[in-house]
Amino acid sequence: MESPILKTVDLNAYFGKTHVLKNVNLEVQKNSITAIMGPSGCGKSTFIRCVNRLHELTEHATSDGQISLNGEDIYKMSPTLLRRKVGMVFQRPNPFNTMSIYQNVIAGYTLNGNILSKTDKDQIVEESLKQAALWNEVKDNLHKKGTFLSGGQQQRLCIARSLAMKPALLLLDEPTSALDPISTSKIEELLLEFKSSYTILIVTHNMQQAGRVSDYTAFFYLGELTEWDKTTTIFTNPKHIQTQNYITGRFG
Amino acid sequence: MREGIRYREFKNLAFRILVILVVTISVAPLIAILVYIFKQGISVINWGFLVHLPKPVGETGGGILNAVIGSFLIIAVAALIAIPVGVTVGVYFSEQSKTGIFRTAHLAVDILQGIPSIVIGIIIYVWFVKPFGKFSALSGSIALALMMLPSIIKSTEETLKLVPLSLKEASLALGVPYYKTIISVIIPAGLSGILNGIILGIARVSGETAPLLFTAFGNPFVNFNILKPTASLPLIIFNYATSPYDEWHKLAWGASFILVVVILVLNILTKIAEKKWKVQF
Repeated sequence: MESPILKTVDLNAYFGKTHVLKNVNLEVQKNSITAIMGPSGCGKSTFIRCVNRLHELTEHATSDGQISLNGEDIYKMSPTLLRRKVGMVFQRPNPFNTMSIYQNVIAGYTLNGNILSKTDKDQIVEESLKQAALWNEVKDNLHKKGTFLSGGQQQRLCIARSLAMKPALLLLDEPTSALDPISTSKIEELLLEFKSSYTILIVTHNMQQAGRVSDYTAFFYLGELTEWDKTTTIFTNPKHIQTQNYITGRFG
Repeated sequence: MREGIRYREFKNLAFRILVILVVTISVAPLIAILVYIFKQGISVINWGFLVHLPKPVGETGGGILNAVIGSFLIIAVAALIAIPVGVTVGVYFSEQSKTGIFRTAHLAVDILQGIPSIVIGIIIYVWFVKPFGKFSALSGSIALALMMLPSIIKSTEETLKLVPLSLKEASLALGVPYYKTIISVIIPAGLSGILNGIILGIARVSGETAPLLFTAFGNPFVNFNILKPTASLPLIIFNYATSPYDEWHKLAWGASFILVVVILVLNILTKIAEKKWKVQF
């Protein structure tokens, strides 16, 4: 197996005195989709928020352990540089409401003070929107506000905004939980297409979704990484009783 | 059914009449004031009133050009001082609402809002007029800026607190530094509320007389130098209305009219600003 793009070693995270992640050791392979599953409050979101260091911005939130991205310790990198390499899509679509669709896609560059030529910008915007399968729907309205779009479109706009930065790793925090089934299936199709060029870490509540899109599945329970393996293995032959109970719908 | 439908309809009507009555009582004085000022002021208002200086007692005509320009100058400088400070403090309040500094500073802003304007005038007199030995527009502006601050700070704080956290996280997750997130994402999202506070703050101080009495002092001539005594609309109203001359009383009414119109326009502007820059979350 080639070396993992993301590796955590004994990762612990806390909110004040609450210990929310306990000794998590996980590896994410390049160009794969890893799903993170588990019941509410098991630390799934906290885990991916540790990966781009958003976790530590919450008051009293701390973490320890090691996370490396392409072999580089992320706690030794500047958080802003790290976040330019690691894209994130949130549970609820959050396009910048003061900006147009075009400006939203390019926001990662403009807000960071990168000056691009008009042609470069146009190219990035078109490419990213095409990748997010939104181009055909918005190409005539690029300069309208992003908030005029439907929820599903807004979420794809947010995906385009992350892709525009060409992230080494894309984090998705329950990206479809606020969306209707059709939008959800569109986004799932996208994820499968992204595999060839991106590495994806997706938090999901939806087991079917994990089964449909992911190559690897990690199961979190009460802050611990109970089990982590190929998705097919997890779904057909889980080693732990909690995983099995969760997958068979006995709790969750 | 203990109460008949007629009885309930009667209750409904009675309350409706009561509400209409109360609303009328509260709005009537405003309308009466506006009508009275309009009637008194309109007779002296003409182009000459706005572009001429006051004339000595005994001569007819004359205008309030010095006061119009003075008011504009003093308020513009006050806004230039108060806006950056107020918005910055408002951002701090909305971002760091759990620190000890926040609690103290927040209380201080509340108290500042409650300080009588005449007291602010005296303080600025002692701090800025006496040491330099002369009245000036700048000292008046500082006094007015102090009075505008609470309104700007509070509206900034309240609006920015309504900006969803998800927006901030979206920006941070793109690797945008914190300060840039505040400037380019958070503040634009709350722009309508901030502008609202600024315009209301300006409207509030544009009628203030007391803080200007000991600071800007007044000036019978047009003055653009912020280091010199300067006239202003409220001051001219105060001076002319308390004078024994009918001619000057007329000027005072005219000036009142202009002042009221300006404040009305500012209030209408806030409504427009609210609509125009309102952003959807």
